[in-house]
Amino acid sequence: MKRRDFIYLSGIGIGASMLQSVPGFGRDISMEEALIPIDPALKKRLADVALNAARSKGATYADVRIGRYLNQVVATREKRVQGIANTESYGVGIRVLANGSWGFAATNIVTLDEIAKTAQKAVAVAKANSKIQGTSVQLAPQKGYGEVSWKTPIVKNAFEVPVGEKIDLLMASNAAAMAGGASFVNSAIFAVNEQKYFASTDGSYIDQDIHRIFPNFTVTKIDKASGKFFTRKSLSAPMGMGYEYMEPRAASKVSGIVTRYKDRYDILEDIKAATVETEQKFKAKSVEPGKYDLVLDPSNLFLTIHESVGHPTELDRVLGYEANYAGTSFLTLDKWESKKFNFGSKLVNITGDKTEQGSLGAVGFDDEGVKCKRWDIIKDGTLVNYQATRDQAHIIGLEESQGCSYAQGWNDVQFQRMPNVSLQPGKAKLSVDDMIKDVEKGIYIIGDGSYSIDQQRYNFQFGGQTFYEISNGKITGMLNDVAYQSNTQEFWNSCTAICDESDYRLGGTFNDGKGQPSQSSAVSHGSSTSRFNGVNVINTARKI
Amino acid sequence: MAILSKEEAQAILKKTLSFSKADECEVSLGGSEGGNIRYARNAVSTAGEISTMGLAVSSTFGKKTGSATINEFDDASLEKVVRRAEELARLAPENPEYVSVMEPQTYRESIAFVPATAAINPDARAEMVLKSLQVAKEAKLEAAGFLENSNSFRAIMNSKGLFAYNKDTDISFSVTTRNEAGTGSGYVEQSFNDVKKLDTLAQTRIASGKATRSATAKAIEPGKYTVILEPLAAKDMLENLVRGFDARSADEGRSFMSKKGGGTRLGEQLFNEQVNIYSDPFHPELPGATWSGDGRPQEKTVWVDKGVVKNLSYTRFWAQKQNVKAIPPARQVIMEGGTASLEELIKGTEKGILVTRFWYIRSVDPQTLLLTGLTRDGTFYIENGKIMFPIKNFRFNESPIIMLNNVEALGKAQRSGNMIVPPMKIRDFTFSSLSDAV
Repeated sequence: MKRRDFIYLSGIGIGASMLQSVPGFGRDISMEEALIPIDPALKKRLADVALNAARSKGATYADVRIGRYLNQVVATREKRVQGIANTESYGVGIRVLANGSWGFAATNIVTLDEIAKTAQKAVAVAKANSKIQGTSVQLAPQKGYGEVSWKTPIVKNAFEVPVGEKIDLLMASNAAAMAGGASFVNSAIFAVNEQKYFASTDGSYIDQDIHRIFPNFTVTKIDKASGKFFTRKSLSAPMGMGYEYMEPRAASKVSGIVTRYKDRYDILEDIKAATVETEQKFKAKSVEPGKYDLVLDPSNLFLTIHESVGHPTELDRVLGYEANYAGTSFLTLDKWESKKFNFGSKLVNITGDKTEQGSLGAVGFDDEGVKCKRWDIIKDGTLVNYQATRDQAHIIGLEESQGCSYAQGWNDVQFQRMPNVSLQPGKAKLSVDDMIKDVEKGIYIIGDGSYSIDQQRYNFQFGGQTFYEISNGKITGMLNDVAYQSNTQEFWNSCTAICDESDYRLGGTFNDGKGQPSQSSAVSHGSSTSRFNGVNVINTARKI
Repeated sequence: MAILSKEEAQAILKKTLSFSKADECEVSLGGSEGGNIRYARNAVSTAGEISTMGLAVSSTFGKKTGSATINEFDDASLEKVVRRAEELARLAPENPEYVSVMEPQTYRESIAFVPATAAINPDARAEMVLKSLQVAKEAKLEAAGFLENSNSFRAIMNSKGLFAYNKDTDISFSVTTRNEAGTGSGYVEQSFNDVKKLDTLAQTRIASGKATRSATAKAIEPGKYTVILEPLAAKDMLENLVRGFDARSADEGRSFMSKKGGGTRLGEQLFNEQVNIYSDPFHPELPGATWSGDGRPQEKTVWVDKGVVKNLSYTRFWAQKQNVKAIPPARQVIMEGGTASLEELIKGTEKGILVTRFWYIRSVDPQTLLLTGLTRDGTFYIENGKIMFPIKNFRFNESPIIMLNNVEALGKAQRSGNMIVPPMKIRDFTFSSLSDAV
């Protein structure tokens, strides 16, 4: 799902006619049509036409992606359905190497003739670019896999679940919030299915069926007399799963001051808790600014990992390709080459991963036909690796790509995108309760809120959904107006404890933006609850 | 094919409506064509050409609406898309907020289309980028930039006979220049309807000057400072404010425009009296669409007059419910300035900080519109009317409402992105921490 579409659709003014004004979102499609897959034998025939046409025009390498991208959104507020959209985007993107340069062209007319023409256009673009290109593209070798396929291991295809069932669930959730005293409630379910066929001159023909889902809500409570209002967002995560994520399961719940969720979500339970917490915020005290030991739930920490570890270890940022948009990185190559750059404390082990089940980044193969894997990025606190694609692997001395290539659609060129970047759980047994027992003056933060970080990823500020004061090992009440500010290296070096794997959960985003024109990608970040000592907390209350 | 004339668009829309059997029907048609070049490390990294056109139909029976889209325009396809919208409408839940389509309106002809911009081809784009690269290489800097142009049209027609058509052109350019040591960075960003106003060579020189002058920045203590915000920085703060001039969220009590005890703060003096903000689709420097997406005429609208909020925007449903005029949301926003140049503002400043631009602005608290973000690409310390030295970047936590109360002086307004804003001298702007980022 494209970032601008998501932002648009997540807005509160959604309506059927507005959905149609979203360009790139694709054409409307009936449920029946959406469930008919395209025959892989046909896709192979189409792909071969593209590869042969590119080669005959002088391409030394070519890949073709035949993509069918299905999106569904059901959005509601209070008692009203604001919008339902079911869309499809189908077409072919062809990327070639000619004269040492990349060229790309795409078409939505999926015929043999048009595909051949598009391949020729891609070669012409490559040849034109080669005149102003400095050095030739150097591709890491990649063996062909022949005809293979991969599918997200879903239990229930969200596109097969009737829209009426989704509306009923959201309406029941909204009703529970309103009955609990909410002033307003917005809720939505987003479902994504990427049917991607990849073929390359290396001899791969890869058919993939990828599924994602994201339920969410915001509860708002208003006190007109004081003019104050508070909100609490859902503690759900976008997941690489089917509709089974919407079916509550006791074993997937993490109990505590509020219930949190692993691979099954309970929207009704969460919205009731959110309504109670929104009410409690009116009585919470405003935080005293200063240094606190932070206990961060995975629903909060995922975003801090994303911004402060995921982004600065993207190799294209390190090299300067994103300087005009997303920015560069403080993790320059010399820091990696030294093999002793102290990114965090010894407890900090962070991996790049495209295989974890249920995660948004999990696929069989990336968008340039590389089988997905898992690798260390931060090992015992030291920077040991980045995230790379085939044309970047040689820069960091790799023999093969790490499989980090992704394009948001068939008509967008693939480039380096973040894999799941996750903090590994602590090796020693440690529960959240035991972690809190040791904290003298701290704040326990659940859920993600406001977020901002500089263009080289040093200085950041994060909020949250709910904040609990910890005094002498006990939670003593709720706080308002909390945001934590730190420097990435100082923050990760202040990590003094990480709960064990029984607390490990995924958070994530559907909308990580990068590139010009901007492309969006979906990525997860796993962690267990972690403790960071002496972090600067500011008070965000103002009078206007 | 992607850019249709008024007559061509009208013919397709009429044909589509002729197939409608619904109580009400609304059809919209839009297309665009254009291209882009992206460069980094002083070489082109990607380039593309894009052309698209699509038609959307919205059919309503009673209060049940269905919509469908298509990108084929033969009669059979047009009939098919209408039938599909009607099928979906019959299946849709009733929308209690449905408002009947609008009666025909009168619109003035838009002035947003400039033929010279519509004529840009890939060679012209390459030429503009080469000029930018040339400046960077001569200055021994590394440039990363993006140039994109588009020509587009949009037309709507409904079953009550309303017809509206607009076309426009746009070109936008941005470049970041950095020194080899990574200790200095500069940036410019410009958008125009008319390509003749874009000078990539001169603009890259400005960015290069900033990159060179911002090297070896010193750290100064965070705190409250007088700042001079260049138009790019001022625009980033204003965009967040103008988006909040929405009546429904204010009426519902969930906006900085909501009033304690109920109601809105419309008519209140929220800002310093130097603050005047309006929108105007016919401003020669920022021409835009003459109607909103649902067909309401875009007229010159005053949002803030001498610091007093004069108008809020409404959806047609909310306006009907509140029994007020349905003013569409602000586009083509202009904040009036004074006559001083940026240099004159600096000259008149005893102690202060010059901010080129902000980065990663996010809302912290919607009640007060508190925003956070960072300075980037050239932040300088001013003393006794002179730029003394570059300083390290800061994180700020500030509300544009507080900021526009603390206006000391406004310079000459100019187009920055899709707004016209003046450089602003603001006292007591809150910087909360330092950043090592360059």
